[in-house]
Amino acid sequence: MKTLISRREFLKTTLAGAGLTIAASITPFGSRLLSAQEVKKGLFNPNVWIRITPDDIVTIVVNKSEMGQGVSTSLPMIAADELEADWKQIRFKEAPGGKKYIDPNWGMQLTGGSTSVRHMFEPLRKASAAAREMLRAAAAQTWGVPVNECAASKNTVRNTKSGKSLTYGQLCEKASQLPVPESPPLKDESQFKIIGTSVARLDVPDKVSGKAIFGIDSFVPDMLYATIARPPAYGAKITSYDKEAAEKIPGVQKVATIDHGIAVCATFPDLAWKGRDALKAKWDKGSHPELNNETLEKTFLDSLKKEGAIAINKGNAENALTQSAKKIEATYVLPYLAHVTMEPMNCTAHVSENRCDIWVPTQNQSGALEVADKLTGLKPEQIHIHTTYLGGGFGRRGFVDYVEEAVQISKATGKPIKLIWTREEDIQNDSYRPGYSCTIKGGIDDKGRMTAWSHKIAVQSIFERFAPQMIQNGIDPAAVDGIAEMDYEIPNLHVEYVKMELPIPVGFWRSVGNTQNGFTKETFVDELAYTAKKDPLEFRLDHLKNPSARRVLQVVAEKAGWGKPPKKGEARGIAHHFSFGTHVAQVAEISVNKKDGSIKVHRVVCATSCGRMVNPNIIVAQMRGAIIMGLSAAMKEKIDFANGGVQTANFYNYNELRMNEAPEIEAHLVKTKDTMGGIGEPGLPPIGPAVANALFKATGIRMHRLPMTPENVMEAMKKK
Amino acid sequence: MISLEINGKKYQVDVGSDVPLLWVIREHLKLTGTKFGCGVGMCGSCTVHIDGKAQRSCTTQVGSVQGKKITTIEGLPEDHPVKKAWIAEQVPQCGYCQPGQIMQAAALLTENPNPTDKKIMEAMSGNLCRCGTYPYIKRAIKRAAKEGKKS
Repeated sequence: MKTLISRREFLKTTLAGAGLTIAASITPFGSRLLSAQEVKKGLFNPNVWIRITPDDIVTIVVNKSEMGQGVSTSLPMIAADELEADWKQIRFKEAPGGKKYIDPNWGMQLTGGSTSVRHMFEPLRKASAAAREMLRAAAAQTWGVPVNECAASKNTVRNTKSGKSLTYGQLCEKASQLPVPESPPLKDESQFKIIGTSVARLDVPDKVSGKAIFGIDSFVPDMLYATIARPPAYGAKITSYDKEAAEKIPGVQKVATIDHGIAVCATFPDLAWKGRDALKAKWDKGSHPELNNETLEKTFLDSLKKEGAIAINKGNAENALTQSAKKIEATYVLPYLAHVTMEPMNCTAHVSENRCDIWVPTQNQSGALEVADKLTGLKPEQIHIHTTYLGGGFGRRGFVDYVEEAVQISKATGKPIKLIWTREEDIQNDSYRPGYSCTIKGGIDDKGRMTAWSHKIAVQSIFERFAPQMIQNGIDPAAVDGIAEMDYEIPNLHVEYVKMELPIPVGFWRSVGNTQNGFTKETFVDELAYTAKKDPLEFRLDHLKNPSARRVLQVVAEKAGWGKPPKKGEARGIAHHFSFGTHVAQVAEISVNKKDGSIKVHRVVCATSCGRMVNPNIIVAQMRGAIIMGLSAAMKEKIDFANGGVQTANFYNYNELRMNEAPEIEAHLVKTKDTMGGIGEPGLPPIGPAVANALFKATGIRMHRLPMTPENVMEAMKKK
Repeated sequence: MISLEINGKKYQVDVGSDVPLLWVIREHLKLTGTKFGCGVGMCGSCTVHIDGKAQRSCTTQVGSVQGKKITTIEGLPEDHPVKKAWIAEQVPQCGYCQPGQIMQAAALLTENPNPTDKKIMEAMSGNLCRCGTYPYIKRAIKRAAKEGKKS
């Protein structure tokens, strides 16, 4: 286990210990490279940390949460390359929470938006280059030779004339006494040795041995296990509960009221749950007792009749539609989805009079600090956030509701507590991918070109709760992601947003608005292609100028054998979407059982253009993973609502794709000179529409409802 | 008192016999490689071996496994062909479900050293992975089977 250390411990060992520490204070307004001495003086708040010790080990502090996307490997790779380090000597440490580890672009310590490598690429290079130059200078001084005779490579500085060499471990003490160069030269990208290679992930050995420590694996001496009796409906208030009955359960030690319900703390998890059941908590009907699947669907459809805020209005879509040779219209309704990270939400907290420790798998250390600060009244330096591995994130762990609960319970009981959500709590108290409806109208001229596209979207606002300043002119950017700036060249484009008000908490779900907008855009463009009697690939290419968009479509088509007949009984569908700076195109090959409506996805071919690649194997893994998660979402997943709350409870009624349903996936990486794009999310949006378009090819039905379960496919076939 | 034999070591734990084995392994004995995912035996994160067979520890009462040999991810040797294959194929992403996947795969290969794709699917489809590492898991099982044949 790469030990997880607190900020205080890190600073203590880093600044007092032997060796060379490079810290960099980097903001969008400029940067400052710092020596340990300067950091000690506290003049600057660095956010990038690299340390070289006499044992020749190079430690990179990773300020992004490792949730499977590979940052604990890709960020050290960037540093190691610029530092000319020996990859075998590289270790990583997961940064604790604190201002010293903020993302320079965001001013927050937050992992999301497929930005980790993009945001940390330059800062890590700059700090590493400074360290490399200091090591070279230290060697030059030792030998009394000019620096340009000192070449750094594989943790060693070599005198190019005498052939003498010194390791980084031998040089680090001396280097630490030298001034930090403010503008160290960066390597020419053609000289990269580690960046662009598929080195093995640093976190894999611990994840295979079982030693990796996730949040749920945290232990504090004397801690209790906490669980919460929660309202079954939104806004429901407690009407009665039997505190004494819970306290009579052996092992139950504390019962406390917190904002989200009644917390029961016991010496063992199952005793806490027994105590919770013994409470026999009763609740009123809540604020929206009428809320269920049917009323929600009606609300979504009714919302499309309302006037919304205009995200983009180019040309005159309404006029162009009336003048177009052919026009079509479709209304979509897409369900709420849960994140269902394999590790349910959990948090261990210990609040005492002058200190608060939190062990948590979080994407948002800044948010965790803020909520702990608010609840405890302690100073930020008295609050210690210990970041663990995350058993999945997908956006869910950007919210800190479970941190808030753990801190409240520890504060109320005066005990260290480990709060573990059951799977039922996890599914029923998520910040869901929002339910969504839209109406799209599209027109084509007599030459088969798109003349107009009008897209009205009704969805709840995600940013309203998370960062309301992001909403401008009534537009939540997540609601119109991937539509307002779509790549297709259409002269008349109208995108409108109706903000829905519902009590259901919504959040960032891997690729966010691009999941719904990617699905509706790419299935509708396919519908337009068939209306124009054009091949769906040709039709897309006819309307795309962006070279990378064209390239991924061409590559995926070639690799999938687009245009050649598929295997007997199979059909192909294609889709492209640009999100998080990356172009992805996918082809799905499927067959459909027309008797029961079941779809089998046999093979998916994927082409990705993300500009510079740090670790191609990790990129491929993210594409494959996103395709499987996207297939799961499009084909199986749906949250059901009843009686004003969530009805879905566990894996018996929240269906996910399993191994026997996972297709073969070919993932191709297309080299382009594009600006570096994100990796964690952009692989997800194209797969749903690629399958739905293949379903049309196979059956002639268009899916305007998700998921594509056998029942929903049968219903659509009956309506046809 | 409940007597348990886990990874060749004997333990005495003071818990009710109806407590799920998972929580005893994880929270009493601090063998945290075995994970909690659903509590209803539908995700496989808690998979351990009981007398060599893959079982869901979240739905196994601790009282029912006295006198049996229990193996957790920590007890599977580091040079086990499945663990080696998992590293060679770089299977894990978030890694949370992987101990369960590995234990399920190891039990499969004990029973059937050279499984067909169909047998792999049958054995592994009870184990969920939200990161979508299924293609890698399949490859790793095939690699482990091949290595097993050589040795």
